[in-house]
Amino acid sequence: MNKTIITVVGKDTVGIIAKICTYLADNQVNILDISQTIVQGFFNMMMIVDMDNSLKSFGAIADELEQLGDEIGVKVKCQREEIFTKMHRI
Amino acid sequence: MLNMFEVNETNKMIEQELLDVRTITMGISLLDCCDSDLDAVNEKIYRKITTVAKDLVSVGKEIEKDFAIPIVNKRISVTPIALVGGSACKKPEDFVTIAKTLDRAAKEVGVNFIGGYSALVSKGMTTADELLIRSIPKALACTDRVCSSVNVGSTKAGINMDAVALMGKIVLETAEETKEIDSLGCAKLVVFCNAPDDNPFMAGAFHGVTEADVIINVGVSGPGVVKTAIESARGQNFEVLCETIKKTAFKITRVGQLVAQEASKRLNVPFGIIDLSLAPTPAIGDSVAEILEEIGLERVGAPGTTAALALLNDQVKKGGVMASSYVGGLSGAFIPVSEDQGMIDAVAMGALNLEKLEAMSCVCSVGLDMIAIPGDTPASTISGIIADESAIGMINQKTTAVRIIPVIGKSVGETVEFGGLLGYAPVMTVNKYSCEKFISRGGRIPAPIHSFKN
Repeated sequence: MNKTIITVVGKDTVGIIAKICTYLADNQVNILDISQTIVQGFFNMMMIVDMDNSLKSFGAIADELEQLGDEIGVKVKCQREEIFTKMHRI
Repeated sequence: MLNMFEVNETNKMIEQELLDVRTITMGISLLDCCDSDLDAVNEKIYRKITTVAKDLVSVGKEIEKDFAIPIVNKRISVTPIALVGGSACKKPEDFVTIAKTLDRAAKEVGVNFIGGYSALVSKGMTTADELLIRSIPKALACTDRVCSSVNVGSTKAGINMDAVALMGKIVLETAEETKEIDSLGCAKLVVFCNAPDDNPFMAGAFHGVTEADVIINVGVSGPGVVKTAIESARGQNFEVLCETIKKTAFKITRVGQLVAQEASKRLNVPFGIIDLSLAPTPAIGDSVAEILEEIGLERVGAPGTTAALALLNDQVKKGGVMASSYVGGLSGAFIPVSEDQGMIDAVAMGALNLEKLEAMSCVCSVGLDMIAIPGDTPASTISGIIADESAIGMINQKTTAVRIIPVIGKSVGETVEFGGLLGYAPVMTVNKYSCEKFISRGGRIPAPIHSFKN
């Protein structure tokens, strides 16, 4: 499985999750896990997704999500899972 | 499954604490480029580098994108050129043509530095070694990306004092050749004792003859991450402090290990080593000096500095070693003056001097690094400084180095601007008493008694 972590951080507004999820669905990216909180008005979300059947390359998805984030006013970041598992799991 | 806290911790390190992978360095053996015809050597070198390393920069960028971790430098190290050009080069100018070829190849593949314009002369100099050394000032003046290093001593062989004497003159000549740009040539020249074969960091990187044909070495960094981590241990005892540094070093090194594995896989080149060094940059919050100050010093250079640095260096190694299967290179905290804002400030306010820096180099890699001294410093004094550093390396069985910049036309108190990652530096005071007679004795300092282990 080709797991990727998507983080979304920014000022809370209506429809952040909807827009990101719609984009992912349109591109055949499967969401495995979502956790989300609001801290002092700041939206903070982490998604674990599977890109095995993705219609686009990792780079394209990362760029387009970043662009989508700019439109909503949040920062969206895509990273392969290994950077976190390597650092936090022995 | 990963949780949000862990993901945020990693991203905070990257975004706020300037965690990065400092360099992916591809080591390339040029031993198969030897030829008695100079043009043929140049042609073979250019072809080999531009073939083997053609994807290095693009793969580096791809990895940066995949993990959203900056990889600051992509670089190349090659076999010491004194060995490669030995049979073709009959005069220093011949070696300069090879330097130009290396520069051209580096520009073609897009790396920002290429190291290995080097000679290994810890016991003696061959004719080729001496010709290469004598060509260094010209070679560094007429190229942009070539880095040079000379190994003048080792624990096994002692110190080649003839080479030390010569290097004092060469450093000064290099400064003179590049005086229009604040003697910047000297920032690309390192004099070593116990130089490692697999160092990925410039300016001292070269690809040792015991290495494979092509290899990937990675240098990690992250002084800012260590500094932030130990803020949480303020006022706590040394056990807590050491634990904190160790855990942080582990995390930093794991990122390096991941990047090294990925680069190795994607380039289809074997992975060599991870270099655990804490490498500062002039950026605020990316400073080794600030870590030492956070440990409890008012200013770096104060009494206690050497002990704090020894502790830091050791804990970084202990944490890092567990995070990677192969650790090598220099692996320690770097203490360059011009590349570390905390060091620059300490020198400017008189807290830190050359002698204290020398003491610090006893307990960390690498040595006197990126230190600006007056341009009228005699060659024999520079040789004396090199000899002192080499002696520390030889006796303590560790790597030491001198990268010192006699800035032509500038004196103590003035500032030199090197730009970029090389930063800026105040010109430091050098002891004015002479060691001329010591340096002019000639010959070698024998290997120390503890080198006879057989």
